[in-house]
Amino acid sequence: MDDDRVFKALADPTRRKILDELADRDGQTLFEICARLSSKHRLGSSRQAVSQHLEVLAAAGLVHSRRDGRHKFHHLDTGPLEHLTDRWRHRDTEEI
Amino acid sequence: MRITITSVLVHDQAVAERFYTEVLGFVKKHDVPMGGGARWLTVVSPDHPDGTELLLEPDAHPAAKPWKEALAGDGIPYTQFAVDDVRAEFARLSGLGVRFTQEPADMGAFTTAVFDDSCGNLIQIIQTH
Repeated sequence: MDDDRVFKALADPTRRKILDELADRDGQTLFEICARLSSKHRLGSSRQAVSQHLEVLAAAGLVHSRRDGRHKFHHLDTGPLEHLTDRWRHRDTEEI
Repeated sequence: MRITITSVLVHDQAVAERFYTEVLGFVKKHDVPMGGGARWLTVVSPDHPDGTELLLEPDAHPAAKPWKEALAGDGIPYTQFAVDDVRAEFARLSGLGVRFTQEPADMGAFTTAVFDDSCGNLIQIIQTH
């Protein structure tokens, strides 16, 4: 897994809010994500901006999109986060 | 000036008539033949028979389908109806086989959900707290 992409994706507060909302309920349309950002977090990002954030999250493997009939849903994938800090944490435990 | 009528573009007026009356619970107000098989078909809320009418309008114009597809793809509702209890409507409509693209979600001052009207549109229901 490309750690750089994951750290870059997580560096942006709006993208972290998108992950928060997908953790709250997985499988959302672009409309629902935009509605949650604007009404719950007062983030007035344009639909196009949110769409671009989702592309960055997808490139990092943190979000997968799925087509179901005529609709497209976005899902959270926490897999890329699992071993992100092992290289520092393992060093600590070895030194102790 | 008053808003007396608004519309949704439906792919089949007979399917729309059934869905908007039998499933959603609106009542038919006008049904006038318009030629070419099209009808001037409107429904109203049973609680407000003299209120705003919803016109179930054929989506025959070539621009209608790509527009509707693009909205549906991103989950964007075409219009919005007010309800007293979004969660109760979600349970009732789900039981009738209606498909939701957004389950009830609390958005602060209101709760919303979004369902597929089986006529090519997404509809948002909203409850204000």
